Amino acid sequence: TNFNHKNVCRVAFTSLAADPSVVNLGQGFPDIPPPSYVKEALAKAVSVDRMNQYTRGFGHPPLVKALSQVYGHVYGRPIDPFKEVLVTVGGYGSLFSTMQGLVEEGDEVIIIEPFFDCYVPMVRMAGAKPVFIPLRLKSGKKSITSADWYLDPDELSSKFTSKTKAIIINTPNNPIGKILTRDELQMIADLCIKHDTLCFSDEVYEWLIYRGQQHVKIATLPGMWERTITIGSAGKTFSVTGWKLGWSIGPQHLIRHLQTVMQNTLYTCPTPLQEAVAQGLMLNMELIGQPECYFTSLAEELEGKRDRMAAIVQEAGMTPVIPEGGYFMLVDVSALNQDLSDMKTDDDDDEAYDYKFVKWMIKKKKLAAIPVTAFVSDQSTKDFEKYIRLCFIKVSNTLMLIKSYFKQCLNASFHTV
Amino acid sequence: MGILNHLAAQLALIRKISIRNHQTTMSRRIHARRTEGVDKNVWVEFTQLAAEYKAVNLGQGFPDFSPPQFITEAFCKAVSGGPPMHQYTRAFGHPALVQSLAKFFSRIVGHDIDPFEDILVTVGAYQALFCAFQALIDEGDEVIIVEPFFDCYQPMVVMAGGKAVYVPLRPKEGTAVLSSGDWVLSAEELASKITPHTKAIVINTPNNPLGKVYKREELQMIADLCIKHDLLCFSDEVYEWLTYDGAKHVKIASLPGMWERTVTIGSGGKTFSATGWKVGWAMGSGHILKYMKTIHQNSIYHCATAAQEAVAQGFEREHELFGTPQSYFQQLPAMLHHRREKLASSLKGVGLQPIMPEGGYFMITDISSIAVDFKDSDTKDENYDFRFVKWLIKEKGLATIPVSAFYSPEHSKEFDKYIRFCFVKENSTLDAAEEILKKWSQNESSH
Repeated sequence: TNFNHKNVCRVAFTSLAADPSVVNLGQGFPDIPPPSYVKEALAKAVSVDRMNQYTRGFGHPPLVKALSQVYGHVYGRPIDPFKEVLVTVGGYGSLFSTMQGLVEEGDEVIIIEPFFDCYVPMVRMAGAKPVFIPLRLKSGKKSITSADWYLDPDELSSKFTSKTKAIIINTPNNPIGKILTRDELQMIADLCIKHDTLCFSDEVYEWLIYRGQQHVKIATLPGMWERTITIGSAGKTFSVTGWKLGWSIGPQHLIRHLQTVMQNTLYTCPTPLQEAVAQGLMLNMELIGQPECYFTSLAEELEGKRDRMAAIVQEAGMTPVIPEGGYFMLVDVSALNQDLSDMKTDDDDDEAYDYKFVKWMIKKKKLAAIPVTAFVSDQSTKDFEKYIRLCFIKVSNTLMLIKSYFKQCLNASFHTV
Repeated sequence: MGILNHLAAQLALIRKISIRNHQTTMSRRIHARRTEGVDKNVWVEFTQLAAEYKAVNLGQGFPDFSPPQFITEAFCKAVSGGPPMHQYTRAFGHPALVQSLAKFFSRIVGHDIDPFEDILVTVGAYQALFCAFQALIDEGDEVIIVEPFFDCYQPMVVMAGGKAVYVPLRPKEGTAVLSSGDWVLSAEELASKITPHTKAIVINTPNNPLGKVYKREELQMIADLCIKHDLLCFSDEVYEWLTYDGAKHVKIASLPGMWERTVTIGSGGKTFSATGWKVGWAMGSGHILKYMKTIHQNSIYHCATAAQEAVAQGFEREHELFGTPQSYFQQLPAMLHHRREKLASSLKGVGLQPIMPEGGYFMITDISSIAVDFKDSDTKDENYDFRFVKWLIKEKGLATIPVSAFYSPEHSKEFDKYIRFCFVKENSTLDAAEEILKKWSQNESSH
């Protein structure tokens, strides 16, 4: 159990911010209500006897069939519900089943920074070595969006070795919100095929795409279906993170190893929750293309919140990074020039600026956020330590509260307090 | 010569095409070696078969009656609760649940259980077992498993890099073996299996499939060895509330010296007859649980919130009603006591000899007195009970589970004349099973 490193930091921050007097802008979950029909479907499921007992281990048949239909449509290819789909405990559980099923000692796994922090401990737990490549910021731009980060082709190519088993991509990306373009995905695909590696594509935010953007599935590029596991999440799709249901989609010759892991770890996921998600998917399948379809209406709702959050951040004297997708926003705090000398602790003089800043924010201003260097390896700390991560999937009242907190606490005369 | 050249050209073409096609699939080994040898699963196989033949299902262990109303109401109440009920809760266990579990079980274990240090909530008891093996068993460690055992223990030991060492419960010599209480563990045999590499012993009480409820003296014998050899004990107690004929469930963690070395595993699904909710837990000293928490946070991280809230409410209710006739923990075993009797008499009625379980969901019966011509060459390499169960599903429409699935490869042939029935079913299901058995027995006697 010595593979656990920075992951402990996010967990530690969660307990710091759990103090009820602290306004938590950090943890990535909605405070908006989920659509009423999914809650109704869940209550209805519990009233059916059979729905309270074990279902099929690899996924409740109505759910895997619904996934096969929705994604068959999205991928433009038939997807076998029983052989090419695995239902897991959240996107997190899919990542775990994928690593345990397909990665082992001696393997290298390429991770693009910044990365959802669980990737590293999961790679290590599988006995493999993480190899990092940072997204780099185009220089010279004034107002920043997530599109201003890019993957250097030569740098990426240099990371592939004979030991590379897989590359993990996350699009839309947490925390930056970048959506990998078709060209970028093609570049990754070319390398996967050339070096005969797998691709693990974490697409839990796939529906949260803002105007003018397009989400492309790497598994739809030529030669990629056979070597890609694509991960999705009911929690992110229907704003029900507390349901902890996700799925892996891929070819049978890969999915069957994830299924082996599943049958030896938790065997089956909760039945009534799967039943309700199945109904939610089928309902929205009918509505695709219409304004009520949650797959698109949620993104529209969030785009407004994104823009509001960006304005709030700018008014407070900080610089937002406008995300193309997802529900997080990076915020550059360097313009505040906040003096953090009294946040120095004895044991960690080297602590990154963003960690110190967030601790200061929590302690002195009762506001919590996540330091972005929690999402990068040590070698990239210097490039990301001026950013904190905020989450904007919040109700209007929360956004107004944030605005007033920032006004109160983070203004020009701030560092005199 | 021309023909050979032509053929050679054709073959070269075919080889080129197949290479081109395989360029897009991986040419190296894809899977992690930890998935080798753990890919077969008896439940997947037999559940599929039972469904295919629409058999009367006394196979897999789940109730076919509804959970009690108070628990389904608690779930619905949670679902209509505010947005927090649908978002992430505390990763190691929803506060309301760990607090109600700590309150409820402190009384029973005789130890002040800290809800935040000493409890980990998991996706079913199954995931608690996984966390225990992953966190506490290392490459080269030996784990003693008492047979017959719930089948997942073995692949979980293997996946953790450990080595399973088996010691069987054996029918007492000399007496007629009529009850699960007649199957015992030999202290000498158990002691002989302990080596300097032994890390843990796994016990399951009440036991699946046998139904044995370990007596205090038997647990003390195991505890003495754990203490003497400094072993951990994983105690799977998912059926803890289901004991019959006055048998008492004893928690090994409550014996002196055992709290600090025992992981006790429980199940909301078995407790409240809602196996599909997948809410389980591990309880034990914080200095052991912390390693399991690390595994949990790097594999699943959170469990579903609303289900945990509902189970918490269930335990609050049971805490109030504990020991009274309204307690579900009194009512369920009382109801199942009758189902147990009913199934036993159906089996005896056709000349079979069931072993009366002192606890749990299951009853095993000896089938060696039945002569069957399998006519099924496909299964001829399988154990007798596997062949029998498949034949019973296909020919008679009755689903059960072969008991040798719960034994190690080295002992399975010794115990391949038993099949397992689940009696946690509606009366109508048990009636249907009885019909099948009666008809079958009549057919036999008319030959």
